Amino acid sequence: MNYIEPHAHMISRTTDDYLSMATAGCRAISEPAFWAGYDRSSEKGFYDYFSHLTGFEPKRAASFGIQHYSWMCINPKEAEDIGLADAVLALIPEFLAKPTCLGVGEIGLNKNSRNELLVLEKHIQLAADYDQLILVHTPHLEDKLKGTKLIVDAIRNHPAIKPERVIIDHVEEHTVGVVKDAGFWAGMTLYPESKLSANRAIDIIEQYGSDRLWMNCACDWGVSDPLATPKAALEMRRRGHSEATVHRVFYENPKAFMGQCDKFQIRSHA
Amino acid sequence: MQLRPEEEINLIDHGFMASRAKLLDIAAFLDRIERSGQARDYRVDALCEAIKLLDQPGALRARRILEALSDPSQGPIPEAHTKDAAGAYQGPAS
Repeated sequence: MNYIEPHAHMISRTTDDYLSMATAGCRAISEPAFWAGYDRSSEKGFYDYFSHLTGFEPKRAASFGIQHYSWMCINPKEAEDIGLADAVLALIPEFLAKPTCLGVGEIGLNKNSRNELLVLEKHIQLAADYDQLILVHTPHLEDKLKGTKLIVDAIRNHPAIKPERVIIDHVEEHTVGVVKDAGFWAGMTLYPESKLSANRAIDIIEQYGSDRLWMNCACDWGVSDPLATPKAALEMRRRGHSEATVHRVFYENPKAFMGQCDKFQIRSHA
Repeated sequence: MQLRPEEEINLIDHGFMASRAKLLDIAAFLDRIERSGQARDYRVDALCEAIKLLDQPGALRARRILEALSDPSQGPIPEAHTKDAAGAYQGPAS
């Protein structure tokens, strides 16, 4: 089965993971910018990180026959420092022009603070200024419901942002309706504990339909599974869904969203 | 728009054993922390309150449990003092 992994932090994964994903049928990966596990000491750390995402990581993926795309931002966990955020935001346009950068992400909120919201609004403006797709991170656990509503309001308040050009990720049963009813795409993240299981994600698809939804593994340096996405595809088949439905969810949907950026092209022989 | 699987399977056969195992894990967890005298914790209280929602019909159990564990306040907080989430809402930061 060919599939697209629309959210993975490969900078924190091994070459064995690339090999496993390629063997499972992964054709393309998109990697949003995220928190490194520690706060970077200056904007120079972000410059190096963005250079890695747009330079070295695509080459590493290509050696396994996988196309690699990325998204740029300062993540919400480092958004309390407005001065640092402004310095990083000033760096981003250079990287938006790179041939494998698809847009602005993963922006959003973490603890739903005023400064996080201010930096989110600055990112939304940046995406509007440069006509970029947006990939949004929603907060964890008890902060998710409130944060998702704040995010939806912030994006809808910007007149230049079209909801079909925004994916709001990490939805669960209590937030998927908030996101889809507002016209956005919704991402479902498969984590062993802190987000969705494959069966819960499939339940959501059965309730809301397969339109404007994707699944991802969001593998990083924490407890996560780089093969969670193809494993969920297997579970969909076990639940009685056809190959055509599985293909739509795991290949055509991410291709349709990211394909709104002309740079996203799946080669016939990656 | 709902999406039904093309082939209807027996969902009890498919999911009962996994659900039984998870239920026993919850029971054993509650027994373990009670034996150790660690059961007095806002997260455990929230978990026990959420468990009561399993008995409510309407096919909205997962959503209701997630809502019960969520921060019910509105509007941004003044400042983030931690990056972490606990899985249950403790109340407004003092």
